[in-house]
Amino acid sequence: MRRMLIVSLAAFALAGTPGDTRAAEGARPLDRDWPQEGIFGTFDRAALQRGFQVFKEVCAACHAAKYLRFRDLAGIGLDQQTIKAIASEYTVLDGPDDSGEMFERPAKPFDVFPSPFPNPQAARAANGGALPVDLSLIVKAREGGDDYIYSLLVGYSDPPEGEEGLEGAYYNRYFPGGWIAMPPPLSDDIIEYADGTPATVEQMAADVTQFLAWLAEPELEERKQLGLKFMLFVLVMTGIFYAYKRRVWSRLH
Amino acid sequence: MSTEMQKPPFKSGVLRWIDERLPVLTWAYNELVVYPAPRNLNYWWNFGSLAGIMLVVQIMTGVILVMFYTPHADLAFDSVEGYIMRDVNWGWLLRYIHANGASMFFALVYIHIFRGLYYGSYKKPRELLWILGVVILLLMMATAFMGYVLPWGNMSYWAATVITNLFSAIPLVGEPLVTWLWGGFTVDNPTLQRFFSLHYLLPFVIFAMVFLHLLALHQFGSNNPLGIDLSKKDKIPFHPYYTVKDVFGFCVFLLVYGYFVFYAPTAFISPTNFIPADPLQTPTHIVPEWYFLPFYAILRAITFDFLWIVPAKLGGVIAMFASIFVLFFLPWLDTSKVRSARFRPIYKWFFWLLVIDVLVLGWAGANPPEGWYLVAAQLGTLYYFLHFLVILPMLGKIERPLPLPTSLSDPVLRGTRSQPAS
Amino acid sequence: MADSSVRHDEPAGGRRRDFLELVAWSTFGVGTLAAIWPLIDSLNPSAAVLAVASTEVDLEPIEVGQRITVMWRGKPVFVSRRTEEEIQMAQSVPLEELRDPEPDEARVQNPEWLIVIGICTHLGCVPLGNRAGEPRGQWAGWFCPCHGSHYDTAGRIRKGPAPRNLDLPPYRFVSDTQVLIG
Repeated sequence: MRRMLIVSLAAFALAGTPGDTRAAEGARPLDRDWPQEGIFGTFDRAALQRGFQVFKEVCAACHAAKYLRFRDLAGIGLDQQTIKAIASEYTVLDGPDDSGEMFERPAKPFDVFPSPFPNPQAARAANGGALPVDLSLIVKAREGGDDYIYSLLVGYSDPPEGEEGLEGAYYNRYFPGGWIAMPPPLSDDIIEYADGTPATVEQMAADVTQFLAWLAEPELEERKQLGLKFMLFVLVMTGIFYAYKRRVWSRLH
Repeated sequence: MSTEMQKPPFKSGVLRWIDERLPVLTWAYNELVVYPAPRNLNYWWNFGSLAGIMLVVQIMTGVILVMFYTPHADLAFDSVEGYIMRDVNWGWLLRYIHANGASMFFALVYIHIFRGLYYGSYKKPRELLWILGVVILLLMMATAFMGYVLPWGNMSYWAATVITNLFSAIPLVGEPLVTWLWGGFTVDNPTLQRFFSLHYLLPFVIFAMVFLHLLALHQFGSNNPLGIDLSKKDKIPFHPYYTVKDVFGFCVFLLVYGYFVFYAPTAFISPTNFIPADPLQTPTHIVPEWYFLPFYAILRAITFDFLWIVPAKLGGVIAMFASIFVLFFLPWLDTSKVRSARFRPIYKWFFWLLVIDVLVLGWAGANPPEGWYLVAAQLGTLYYFLHFLVILPMLGKIERPLPLPTSLSDPVLRGTRSQPAS
Repeated sequence: MADSSVRHDEPAGGRRRDFLELVAWSTFGVGTLAAIWPLIDSLNPSAAVLAVASTEVDLEPIEVGQRITVMWRGKPVFVSRRTEEEIQMAQSVPLEELRDPEPDEARVQNPEWLIVIGICTHLGCVPLGNRAGEPRGQWAGWFCPCHGSHYDTAGRIRKGPAPRNLDLPPYRFVSDTQVLIG
């Protein structure tokens, strides 16, 4: 939305896209308040960790996240020991060794979170021809960002009366076109949260959305903190130079 | 001032020794310190130096980013999103400074151009100064376009495809020319690599052009809000008056720039560009960066064959390029002897009409070329060319300018808003 | 305007002006330097480089008398499981015989394990002796083929042009069978 606003400023006025394309764009996403929003926004570590659990136990069955390295999990508040333990649950292909053979070994913190499929073709073949997209940047890569991802996850329902269904697709009012190849991924108590939070669909959707927002913008907190320092410094400098400029120019009187 | 150079007051013998043999210090002293600038410049004159600073910012961040970027179709996206944004120290900052810097640079330059249009800064004897400026604009457009391709997101890819395909409209040589541009039969790795090379080269060409732009500027000195030639007593040394004013303006600009870099860093980046380039999936709306929107609207406004000999596609391409090239002839298209719009009661209105026209074109360019958007784009395009090719030449003949002052202390200025402090 | 007072009282006004000038340009300078820091710091090792800056070595498969080479930060590191005889040789040398006097205890955390950076301190060649069958030099340690430096079983220089003993990497034993280098 913010991007749209900017474009509209640059382009004089915002006009909606014409009716025929609007219908194909899906319902307007729910507008939720996220803790990472706003100038002072920060991530909610507990939500990120729950979100990671949802990602790991649900999403990662089909979706890869090629920019997630185990070591990055320090960013959601996990310590090195936990990261090591999580990594060692996975095996990765390494090599070749001294005899020229590839071998499997437990993953280490510097490894990438393993993809469920060896290549896109295998991913398509296992998912009825649809490719489960990489989730690393998904929040930045969709109009509507976190609101859209959340809406999509909770937006499954029966199609409206008379709506013609699509073979192998599920109705989701937030998805452009209304029919999505991804089956509803969440249902109540599909996982058991380590911290005992009740695993409702809304809770899991909100948690994993925050995790994916972090995954798309791991620099967010550092960026906003540095931004605050920058803005304060420049404000002071603006004031000083305003005063100095006036003083210098007063010599011309 | 170009004939006599003032020697800087050296405190160090070493500096004097160097300067006698290589007079760079004398040159810098004369251009940046004692350069006599009109004392009545308003804040619209800040934008030239701001744009100059942005060029330096872009080059500095760009040189660093290149150290981490991999110019290869298979690796470019990963090197930006997986490496620079996540692993390189301050990589996200450098990338966002650079990406948003392009938008800031264009915003500053467009304001700078419209200031020139309003105050007639392109008129005799500053024609070459203006033409060099248009050359810089063209180079900036090429640089920005190729830079936008480098992250190799899906919008990068399709923007490159659409824009390079423009050249296929050229009769006879169009198709082979596009193949030559691509180095293949679609936009692919060879295209990315040549764009990378040129994206690194062109900013230095721009730098050289900015140097010439300054040389031409200092030949006759800056224009001023009154548009009249000022005598020595109405000029003040560049330092400290304008250095201080420029830094103050820079601070204000930094607040805007900083807002985008730190709080809305992806405001100017299409979400589609966070999806890796995919030759099989065209985005539903291909929209260029905002600074190209007016030109994009002109490109798409020509939906009809022209005089039975120019097909619509070629017509659009010609119109788009003509909309920039017409600026080269502006110093001669505008026949008025009076520079500043302040003394041109009718031109003033047409100037603002042109501003609105360009904004309307930008708005039309952001939307699909159909219905009212198309009508707006076509009317906007028509008016754009009318302004430069018909209105400006005629206006100089029929408009009666207000009486011009002869100096800043001229009684003609009494009672006007622009009265300089005295 | 308030500026009229400045003209009446030139010295005071001048001093104030100078102070403001100093503050203004210092702020500008500090800001510029701070802005340049990210450009410079970006050239330091990235998180990806630092993530592989330490190497974990599994000691279990190494037999007594065996030496292996592991890579650490792009450099070879020699891990030697010394025999009783080798330990004896290393500990019994009088310090005054050494060019770079260091007792064996200062070079090992556990006498059984010698861990050194496998780069000759002369001109940076990789000494021989870590693989079975390679010459180990006169003191049964390592021998640098480039200019003939001999190292003993504690990796100390004994003969040849090298000025120093083989360098020790920072390391610690995570467990009895695991060592973390770096």
